[in-house]
Amino acid sequence: MTLLSGWGRFPVVDSDVLRPRSFAAVGEAVSSGTIARGNGRAYGDAAIGAVRTVAMTGFDRVRSFDPAMGRIRLEAGVLLSDLIDTFGPRGFLPFVVPGTRFVSIGGAIAADVHGKNHHGEGGFGRYVDSLLLRTGQGEVIEASREQNSDAFFATIGGMGLTGIILEATMRLRRVETGWIRERVISASDLDAAMRALEASDDATYSVAWIDCVARGRDLGRSLIYLGEHAGKGELADGVDAFPAGKAPGLSVPVDLPSMALNRSSVRAFNELYYRMGARRAGDSRVVSLYPYFFPLDSIGEWNRIYGKRGFLQHQCVIPEQGARAVLGEILDRVARRGDASFLAVLKKLGQGDGILSFPLPGYTLALDFPVRGDILNFLDEIDRLVVAAGGRLYLAKDARQSRATFAAGYPALQRFNAIRKSLDPAGNIRSKLSQRLFDEV
Amino acid sequence: MTSRKSAIVLGGSSDIGRAAAHAFAKAGYDLALAGRDMAALEPDAADLRARYNVEVGLHKFDVLDTASFESFVGGLPALPDVVVSIVGLLGVQGNAESDLAHATTIMRSNYEGPALILGLFAEKFLARGSGTLVGVSSVAGDRGRASNYVYGSAKAGFSAFLSGLRARASRGGVHVVTVKPGFVRTKMTEGMKLIGPLTVEAPVVGDAILAAVGNKTDVVYVSGKWRLVMLIIKMLPEAVFKKLKF
Repeated sequence: MTLLSGWGRFPVVDSDVLRPRSFAAVGEAVSSGTIARGNGRAYGDAAIGAVRTVAMTGFDRVRSFDPAMGRIRLEAGVLLSDLIDTFGPRGFLPFVVPGTRFVSIGGAIAADVHGKNHHGEGGFGRYVDSLLLRTGQGEVIEASREQNSDAFFATIGGMGLTGIILEATMRLRRVETGWIRERVISASDLDAAMRALEASDDATYSVAWIDCVARGRDLGRSLIYLGEHAGKGELADGVDAFPAGKAPGLSVPVDLPSMALNRSSVRAFNELYYRMGARRAGDSRVVSLYPYFFPLDSIGEWNRIYGKRGFLQHQCVIPEQGARAVLGEILDRVARRGDASFLAVLKKLGQGDGILSFPLPGYTLALDFPVRGDILNFLDEIDRLVVAAGGRLYLAKDARQSRATFAAGYPALQRFNAIRKSLDPAGNIRSKLSQRLFDEV
Repeated sequence: MTSRKSAIVLGGSSDIGRAAAHAFAKAGYDLALAGRDMAALEPDAADLRARYNVEVGLHKFDVLDTASFESFVGGLPALPDVVVSIVGLLGVQGNAESDLAHATTIMRSNYEGPALILGLFAEKFLARGSGTLVGVSSVAGDRGRASNYVYGSAKAGFSAFLSGLRARASRGGVHVVTVKPGFVRTKMTEGMKLIGPLTVEAPVVGDAILAAVGNKTDVVYVSGKWRLVMLIIKMLPEAVFKKLKF
């Protein structure tokens, strides 16, 4: 048995971990209560099996690549970082990247991850043409929009619960360079931030960093980062068309004491960060894709900064109608509480692609909290606001929402469960997350 | 035909073999992968072609079948610029102590086979007047230890062979690299207790091999710490060393 946890290091659970070396061995590994695990970057309990966990990162081969179509076939354990480092210099990038590049293809499909372009270009699943799935009852099927389409749409965003993703075929974006032209807008409060995001619908990439310590008149003050892929002509002479991707330079060597992140240290950091950003507002500059898309990847094991007890990320999406009022209420409660971290992100989302995909047209807000005190009760109250507004929580981040919150947020659950049952009548594929939220008990 | 440089990896399906193949392909080398199980090598070949747009050939090679070596080398479509031998077998020391067949397999897999095949390539390279031979040996060959001396003695023999070959071949324009990886997280060491700071991932070894070929390094300890560790271990007087339990 091995102690497993997600990126948030909460909860920590004992699981039987298998590391198969062949697809046949993957099949043999599946028994009652099994889930696949990629690079372990889901925050909570999504990639921990109810009984056993099948580690998939050993399956890291590219099967084929067609540069004319930008189409690639990969094993599910290939990391996005590998894909970017290998194919970026050849002029191809994934259409969608989340906030870390250290996720596996299988994990990205299972969570239907979104990036800073979801409002216009959709999620990761939109660029998946087909996938090879090992179902809970032992069949290996190819699923696409045309063939086994129920299994396909249930697997996109299905948190690994339709079976084990073995391979996928996806389309890559053709780019001239690995650089992003970035523009920063400063917004003095929440209204201004939402107006700025609204007005940036035609930007390829947009995201807002919110100072969630600021209160009163400053509530919701933000820096909005817009981005476009830069062409070769936008680079200074002598600059490589593709920047070097650095391994994490700095690493958090030990678990910081939980005191390290307190009201005054976060307030001081945020004040400085906002002022420095606001000074740059309006001007536009070309930055490497690595810091633009993956600012935190440059700090190894940044999750340790929250101390040994781990942290929770609360990421909700609120439908556009009425989002302003609910977001204001959430931010006000968080600011009064005072222990949310500097990582608060606001972003517009569009329609989701999978049956259980997280995105819906509206605003998503992501907040980090150290695990301490009455945080679980506090987040339950926030959940009530989210549910009342017709919103829901992102399963890839979740470690603690209730069954009721989940059921209210995902009305397509019944359809998902019906498809899951047809692929896995015995219910072999189960994770700690599915046990917690929707398996029959 | 291309005018690109080429490398052949013997033991191409091992984790270090894969890592070395990736490092060379990334640097623009065409590749040949050689191993016992051609079907197992095919996905790796497809991976290298898709990623790096290089040519990758597959060749059957069994390190224990020394009688086939001459036809193996003669059957290659072209003599490569670089030969990397990763082949080896850790085996089980406890079994090798009483099971002569197992001990023989360990000795032949780590010394006889790798030495003979690199020696054969060396003759061809010397005739041509160029080329680099890379032998992956082990820190275990630096001093025989109670816990793995069958494997270690074979690696010691291989290291000595490479050292002598290097001295001879350097006058003929041929370079020989000895690689001592130390602990590497691979299939071979899965489940073993490895000491974190002395352990590297396979891609680090692959990159180190490529760099050693480029820099004409003689002996590479992949993690510099090992050079120091083994220096100390080598200097211990035998009376003290024999009391140690590792």
